[in-house]
Amino acid sequence: MTAKGTLRGAGFLALVAIIVMVSVFPLYYAVVTSLESGAALFEVNYLPAALDWSNYRAVFREQPFGRNILNSVMVATGVVLAGLALSVTASFALARIPFRGRTLLLMTLLAVAMFPQVAVLSGLFELVRTLGLYNSLGSLGLSYMIFTLPFTTWVLTAFMRDLPGELEEAAIMDGARPLTIVVRVFLPLMGPALAATGLLAFIAAWNEFLFALTFTLTHDQRTVPVAIALISGASQYELPWGQVMAASVAVTVPLVLMVLVFQRRIVAGLTTGAIKG
Amino acid sequence: MAPALLVLVLVAAWPLLRTIWFGFTDARLGDLGGASWIGLRNYLDVRDGQWTGLLADPLWWHAVRNTLVFTVVSVALETVFGLVVALVLHRSFPGRAWVRAAVLIPWAIPTIVSAKIWGWILHDQFGLLNDLLQRAGWLAEPLAWTADPALAMGSVILVDVWKTTPFMALLILAALQMLPKDCYEAARVDGVPPVSAFLHITLPLIAPALIVAVTFRVLDALRIFDLVYVLTPNRPETLSMSVYARQQLVDFQSVGYGSAASTLLFLTVALLTVAWLGYGRHRVEAQHA
Repeated sequence: MTAKGTLRGAGFLALVAIIVMVSVFPLYYAVVTSLESGAALFEVNYLPAALDWSNYRAVFREQPFGRNILNSVMVATGVVLAGLALSVTASFALARIPFRGRTLLLMTLLAVAMFPQVAVLSGLFELVRTLGLYNSLGSLGLSYMIFTLPFTTWVLTAFMRDLPGELEEAAIMDGARPLTIVVRVFLPLMGPALAATGLLAFIAAWNEFLFALTFTLTHDQRTVPVAIALISGASQYELPWGQVMAASVAVTVPLVLMVLVFQRRIVAGLTTGAIKG
Repeated sequence: MAPALLVLVLVAAWPLLRTIWFGFTDARLGDLGGASWIGLRNYLDVRDGQWTGLLADPLWWHAVRNTLVFTVVSVALETVFGLVVALVLHRSFPGRAWVRAAVLIPWAIPTIVSAKIWGWILHDQFGLLNDLLQRAGWLAEPLAWTADPALAMGSVILVDVWKTTPFMALLILAALQMLPKDCYEAARVDGVPPVSAFLHITLPLIAPALIVAVTFRVLDALRIFDLVYVLTPNRPETLSMSVYARQQLVDFQSVGYGSAASTLLFLTVALLTVAWLGYGRHRVEAQHA
């Protein structure tokens, strides 16, 4: 190898190192901080200096954090199941049945997922009150449909469009009705697509903040992001940073592991939704 | 098909129409039913020779400017960094799968959590960034990254760029992987330097994917709420349109006024989208003509 080539190789390696450092370090630092308490918290330690679990104990004991996690799991699971169930038939129609205004409908769906959610906040607030769902998880299950349903429909439509047309032609020849085709022919083939879409919708629901902040009031109805955002200390200016970091790490590590395990599927889901559409 | 549409009409279309209607009323949060029509007075009004209403509120225009600055700067930076990361990941080198996994981590962290983690790193007294910069000798005095009016917007942009660059990188990487390889072989045979190959082959070919990714990010940035709300609470320097609208709606209980602000934000985003789509179609037609 020439000297110039070696130099270029070293430059590339340095670039890779910087990218990895910048990506990983903040989470690593949060883990380090979450394991410190007392005075150690207020020194900047680049390496783990302590292994003190008291912040984690405090988060689960002094705050209803276990309950918050359960709330988030229930809302996100419910939203994903409802979203997938509703969007499978819708995306079949959008992908396979030609009709006037199909493109317009697809664009409208995308617009609904991308428009500013604060624009429906007061109308939704009224709806939530009218239905008696204020300060209950039902309000979140309902409002999260705004972003899950368009997203799942859009991605599943893209997946279904790629399935060979001979599939349903054979089924139609055999006299199968559209719903039968969806359930018996398409669903078995869509396992990976459903998993990827469901996972992305789950993450979106898990992270949602605006509606959760506005439609719930009491500690025990809050979801994880709101609970973390509203952790407060003895005074307004003394945030218990150790506890905030412990709570952050507790909800992030499972999510990061899940994303790493399903990396390929998630990337496929993200890019199908964005590029093929 | 029908059930999904019905749900969307219930949770999206109907609330949107109600919000627009509330914008023309004096609705209060505690008494939505008692709202009465006041026309355009939430938007603009003259009272004793004084202009009032949203369009005369300097704080609203501040929020509009903040949102636009945030959107332009953060999306531009994300695109550049996303492109760099995607080009790195597109090369094959040992451990590439691990690097790609590491790059995904910021994307996987919930926005609120990343706002808190960065709030801690940027802390004026005990933060890591001040410590790091002081050790390196680049900083004499610690800076209040999130509280200093001159730095707060920069901090919000920094955290947003950190969090969303992976999304950009993944979309660009997917586009890179679909490129035909023979172009590059031909270019190499002809002795085209890598930089011009990138500018004249890669960039035009990934442009459609790049435009889609940028569009998504712009729409997402225009509605920024959670990061600003948690990282720099109650700071006029970073106040975004969404934060302003929710503050009026919930904190000040002025549903009418807040709905007017929400409606304006919606109109801004809708107009920008229509103009952008129209421009895109115009360009496509011009190329085919």
